[in-house]
Amino acid sequence: MNTQDTGTLPRKALLGSGALRAFIGGRWVIAFLLLETAYFCFRTEGFANLNSAQILLFYGVQVFLLAVAELFVIVTGGIDLSVGYVLGFASIVSIKLIVFLGNAGLPAPLALLLGGAITLVIGLVPGLINGWLVAYLGVPPFIATFSMLGVCHGVSELLINGIYAMGLPQLAADIGNGHFFYLAPGGIVSFFTRPEVERGVQVLEVIPIIVVVTAIVVGVFAFVLRRSRFGRHIYAIGGNSDAAVRAGIPVKRRLLGVYALSSFLASLAGVVYAFMYVSGKADAGASILLDAIAAVMIGGASMFGGTGTVGRTMVGALIIAVLELGLRMSGTPTFNKYILVGAILIFAVVMERYMPESRK
Amino acid sequence: MSDDSGGFLATGLGRSLANNWAAFFLLLMLVVFSMTGQNFLSIVNFQNVVHLQTVPLLLAAAETFVIISGGIDLSIGFVMGLVSVSAARLMQAFLASGLPVGWVIVLASGIVLVGSLIPGLINGIIITRFKVPPFIATMGMWGIANGLALKLCQGFPVAGLPDALPEMGNGYFLYALPGQFMSLFGKPSWFPDARVRELWRLIPFSLPFILAILAVLAFALKRKRFGRHTYAIGGSMDAAVRSGIDVDRHVIKIYTLSSFLAGIAGVFNIFQTGIGNYTTFSAMYELFAVAAVIIGGASLSGGKGRVWSSAVGVLVLAFLENGLAISGVQPFYRYIAVGVLLVIAVVIDKLFPNLR
Amino acid sequence: MEYVLETRDIVKRFGGLTAVDRVSIGVEAGEVLALLGDNGAGKSTLIKLISGVYRPDEGEILMGGKTVRIESPIDALAAGIETIYQDLALAENLDVGANIFLGRERMKRSLGVLKVLDDPSMALEAQKVLDRLDIHIPSLKSTIKTLSGGQRQAVAISRSIYWDAKVLIMDEPTAALGIAEQRKVLNLVRTLKDQGIAIIIISHQMYDVFEVADRLAVMRRGVKVGERVVKDTSPDEVVGLIVGSETVGKH
Ligand SMILES: Nc1ncnc2c1ncn2[C@@H]1O[C@H](COP(=O)(O)OP(=O)(O)OP(=O)(O)O)[C@@H](O)[C@H]1O
Ligand SMILES: [Mg+2]
Repeated sequence: MNTQDTGTLPRKALLGSGALRAFIGGRWVIAFLLLETAYFCFRTEGFANLNSAQILLFYGVQVFLLAVAELFVIVTGGIDLSVGYVLGFASIVSIKLIVFLGNAGLPAPLALLLGGAITLVIGLVPGLINGWLVAYLGVPPFIATFSMLGVCHGVSELLINGIYAMGLPQLAADIGNGHFFYLAPGGIVSFFTRPEVERGVQVLEVIPIIVVVTAIVVGVFAFVLRRSRFGRHIYAIGGNSDAAVRAGIPVKRRLLGVYALSSFLASLAGVVYAFMYVSGKADAGASILLDAIAAVMIGGASMFGGTGTVGRTMVGALIIAVLELGLRMSGTPTFNKYILVGAILIFAVVMERYMPESRK
Repeated sequence: MSDDSGGFLATGLGRSLANNWAAFFLLLMLVVFSMTGQNFLSIVNFQNVVHLQTVPLLLAAAETFVIISGGIDLSIGFVMGLVSVSAARLMQAFLASGLPVGWVIVLASGIVLVGSLIPGLINGIIITRFKVPPFIATMGMWGIANGLALKLCQGFPVAGLPDALPEMGNGYFLYALPGQFMSLFGKPSWFPDARVRELWRLIPFSLPFILAILAVLAFALKRKRFGRHTYAIGGSMDAAVRSGIDVDRHVIKIYTLSSFLAGIAGVFNIFQTGIGNYTTFSAMYELFAVAAVIIGGASLSGGKGRVWSSAVGVLVLAFLENGLAISGVQPFYRYIAVGVLLVIAVVIDKLFPNLR
Repeated sequence: MEYVLETRDIVKRFGGLTAVDRVSIGVEAGEVLALLGDNGAGKSTLIKLISGVYRPDEGEILMGGKTVRIESPIDALAAGIETIYQDLALAENLDVGANIFLGRERMKRSLGVLKVLDDPSMALEAQKVLDRLDIHIPSLKSTIKTLSGGQRQAVAISRSIYWDAKVLIMDEPTAALGIAEQRKVLNLVRTLKDQGIAIIIISHQMYDVFEVADRLAVMRRGVKVGERVVKDTSPDEVVGLIVGSETVGKH
């Protein structure tokens, strides 16, 4: 699949000055995000306020988590097509488990906690199988993870017989859609629970809980990629896997870990999905696979591995999230989003070719 | 690995078994399902399966060329949807302008087929001129084609097309009621529509159509310089460049061909269903096409693959679904089975690397 | 004197091909052994056996006279065998410090509990070893991708000697270098030899061999066809051994 990579383009091609290119390289993505946001702020009424920022982050959490999952895999030079259906699988499994535990007499908070935790453990399984196929049997990541996509899809549908998984306790929705603060007129501030107000009175909701959870998780994984030995090793594997082997890095074990981690993050996204939408379905994450991979690529990672950071991936994901919300709020049909994401994706990779990020 | 593949595999039978395991698997599956599922083993069922696989067969053929060259084309599923929707919109416009139905169909199909060259051309140019990996370039095109298709149809299948379309698309060469009559190209007009199920309908129009296309493609791949260069590029890009092949041009041609075949699939789709369908996310046409090609023995790293083997790959997936359905197994097992088969295909390929 | 490292009748097959066929070589401390042979003679395969990339099908490897089991690169590194490969085996996307410490990263505790990569100290150590070898690289923070061939070679060498190698194996260390950089590498080899390291060097450049090596072994089609003390032989004789026109001498 990588035979058509013949390195970076001749440097003179686009801009004469190397210094200018080096300056633009890696920075244009942030500039793009700012310009895009500014554009929608001016063009779209009601875009420039706290609430739409929260909405954008709230509905973006699945993409953020899958993008981080995909980043880890892409840094090793692989790809994980299964994350979308692992998400769906986890959304179903968590609901089934929580309902089961609830019926077994567990109080709701305990059922949620236990059900969610068990789901995350089960969620490692698809990734471990992917990693085993890729690292130990030499199956190309594309094939291994597509197969896993099929298996997760099938198992999910069998679990719910082609419909939805439902029946979560109210508490799940309260958490999934809850906020840290609620401000009501008259100086009323309430933490975690919505204050009792008369109908029609506006309550300001501040900081969705799951956005904070997601931010913490993303931060932890940014740290892992950047500062841990595991992270250093997966960059080395993506940069030159022969060199990694010869330097004594346990490459197979690391790959196993990376695919397991990817699947874990996808399961987490699935559990979060269940809490947000109080339902689970097989294809819950099917359409955001493109967004997740696009976010990673727009963030400047290379398909061939060895590069990419969580920070820039999040910028890529935000570009897509802002685009989606901006288009929706300006009344443009959302299918324009697909066209634009496709175009930005190609543009980003071309930019990366012409102006590789200069790392100091 | 290769030292222990001495014994059984050295024999002619062993070699051809490992070499064409997909075909043997297909046969095996046909035998098993013939026993487990009533009505499985019948000409009618078989020809229906093949008829319904026309689109996947075309897409797998497209993907075969791309994969042999060492690339991948993720856009074909959505290009197909875009072509199908565009054709439908054009037909509506032509019908409204009062053109005769025959002309409407011919003109619209012709225009979209020419138009279907464009996405592939763009893919090829982006891949060669800008050195964007095929995965990304075609993934971008996936988004663009999907968005354009949805824009054209506003998220609903385009209906109100000539009835002649599905009649032709689902027609048969031979209609007969055993012991009474036989007619070609259509049922006799006096025969009531309600009793059409009693008729024997043999050889769908789609069958010679798809066989001819596959034969031409197989010939081009095996016997023409075009095919030879495709293998050369997939085998070793460097060697191909050094031996004077204009690799960029050839790669552009391959992606254009791929997108054109997706275009044919789109037009066929409209003939078969009578409406302009956009492609949904869960259809995953391109991924199933890749799966069929791999099951047929190609390798994602390029240089290997055959058109007819990919067709066998499509039929393996199709009969798997059909056989499971007829045997009363829940349809969801199909997804799982595809995954397992795919892994088996690659592992077999790993175990016997030097066979093809 | 006793060999630091020795192979005895070591064999490696790839399918039907015997890439290394019952080869026995040995190298002493402070000695440079040159390994010669035509393309495909099996030189690289032999050293990959020693450095744990491949496992031998037959034969044994000894260190200090005792049989050692080298089943993975980690085992070789732990035994003090450092290797600089023909393709250098650097991760081009990482910086100099990260490459020198690849697989053996230094960690530090952050906030008391978390173990994190200690990049500053790795960079400092990298600088020290580069200084010791008199190698200049503009910025240690630059990725390998931006370095010249000679600089890369220098990084690869620094990586090996940083880890107190007993045995250093170099596969065509001067192949891709300019004249000045070749000189530098050969000087490095002499420096390391004086520090008592046993060195095995593969080279196609007769000049290199006669410049730095004490002894040489010649391979042809997987077999060792001859061994000479450098000061008792001539380039002509060696070329004869390599291409096979000379009758096999003292075996
Ligand atoms: N991984 C492998 N699988 C199969 N055959 C191999 C492998 N590695 C090497 N060979 C074969 O083993 C033989 C010896 O190769 P090797 O790389 O050791 O030669 P060399 O002496 O280092 O040559 P050069 O001077 O060109 O570097 C060659 O015929 C080569 O094709
Ligand atoms: Mg060699």
